[in-house]
Amino acid sequence: MKKKVSILEHELVPLHEVMTEQEVTELLKRYKIRKEQLPKIKISDPVIKEIKAKEGDVVKITRNSRTAEKFLSYRLVTK
Amino acid sequence: MAEERERVIKELISSGIERAIAEEIARDFTVSELSVSREELLAAGIVDRYADDILCMLGIELAGEVKPCDIEAQVNATPLPDKLKSELKSKLRVVRRLLTRDKLNTILKRVIGEYEAARVDPREAVGIVAAQSIGEPGTQMTLRTFHYAGVGAIYITLGLPRIIEIVDARKKPSTPAMKVRLQPEYASDRRKAEMLAMEIEETHIKDVCRVESSADDMCILVSLNNRELEKRGITRAAVEDRIKSLDMPVDMDEDKIKIYTKNKSYHELLRLEERISNMLVKGIEGIRRAIVRKGSEGEYMIYTEGSALKKVAKIEGVDFSRTTTNNIAEIAEVLGIEAARNAIIDEMISTLEEQGLDVDVRHVTLIADAMTVDGEVKQIGRHGLAGEKTSVLSRAAFEVTVDNLLEAAIHGEVDELRGVTENVIVGQPIRLGTGAVELVARSHMMQ
Repeated sequence: MKKKVSILEHELVPLHEVMTEQEVTELLKRYKIRKEQLPKIKISDPVIKEIKAKEGDVVKITRNSRTAEKFLSYRLVTK
Repeated sequence: MAEERERVIKELISSGIERAIAEEIARDFTVSELSVSREELLAAGIVDRYADDILCMLGIELAGEVKPCDIEAQVNATPLPDKLKSELKSKLRVVRRLLTRDKLNTILKRVIGEYEAARVDPREAVGIVAAQSIGEPGTQMTLRTFHYAGVGAIYITLGLPRIIEIVDARKKPSTPAMKVRLQPEYASDRRKAEMLAMEIEETHIKDVCRVESSADDMCILVSLNNRELEKRGITRAAVEDRIKSLDMPVDMDEDKIKIYTKNKSYHELLRLEERISNMLVKGIEGIRRAIVRKGSEGEYMIYTEGSALKKVAKIEGVDFSRTTTNNIAEIAEVLGIEAARNAIIDEMISTLEEQGLDVDVRHVTLIADAMTVDGEVKQIGRHGLAGEKTSVLSRAAFEVTVDNLLEAAIHGEVDELRGVTENVIVGQPIRLGTGAVELVARSHMMQ
């Protein structure tokens, strides 16, 4: 009866990707903001645990939007 | 020569042309020169819609005419959202023959212009617009406040109480419920789906047995109801095992089980009776009911009263990826903050729609975003969003005025007067819309 289920496959969970240092720098430059001004995501978040992101990483989230089909969002991994 | 042909075929295939057609092209034309005309391609029996693609791929310009790949490339280069792009592409393809490059450019320019004009201006008070856009339809809901609509016999809180529940980020909704989707083989077979529902629904000993206490010999009598047991697919052994796990002296009879207490007090006996009655023999704790219903796409699914996402996920036959619950806190815990954000949007929109109210998703999205910015689900009210505002005056104006002012005075807080409320209080123009800009005169230009 043991079944392996991955939360990443759930339809409510959008794609989360850890961004590289360079991508983060570009992102912050484009929006003229500091890292701390990004929305946050807890390091204890189940998805963060699954993709093994570290504190201080920025994750790129590809959301499915009802108005724009696809929408990119970013969150900073915090405690 | 053969090598050359092979290369061309590969190139054609990589640009999305079927192999058979690619070979035909490579055979019929001396592709090394790459001078083919549309007419030639058509004459060689190549289907119309491929001909354009082939020409485009070979880089041959057709004077004035717009090719499908032009539309593709030009639309993709616009700063529009994906949904608009795909709509634009499909519409442009229909009228392609009537287009010229100039016309295409004009159309795209106009669309981009319209899109830019429809965007929210910087410094627009989107929060207030969202609040009003949900608040007004909310007044129409109040009359039908405690209205329930059930799926079969399961009741779910709807209407205003449900909206309040979502916005208040309650740890547990008043009527937790799940919609459990099934794997194809279960979803198509009602009997299998019902078996699964039985697997999920919690069954206590009291549901399948009669539990009595006997003060005479200080024991609990459990008489098994064989019909119930069979109906629910529970074996006698399963019940016995559960009772044995109590680690107490037990007497097994034909259809009765006697359990003796070590303790000789009557009070203790009654407590034991209660405990045995509520022991789980089958199912998942918290799922009080599970019923099978046919969904809109003709597949069977299970609706449950009570929610336990994590445990249900582990059951064989459940399609976890499409299984949801109306408990947003549970979603945040099991699936993460982004899933919770989606759940807030879905729940709010479906509650509003159920009441026949049409609210733009963007307002709801803003609320969901505001509730989840910090990585955890926060309520809108004083213990969440409104309570975390930096401005003292704004907080004091919202709720518990005296407490806020006193607290701020003790800590020597400073109000920077950046928000709307605080500026209204002190009688200054608010920093929104036209109030957001200021004129600055440079002194050297004054002379």
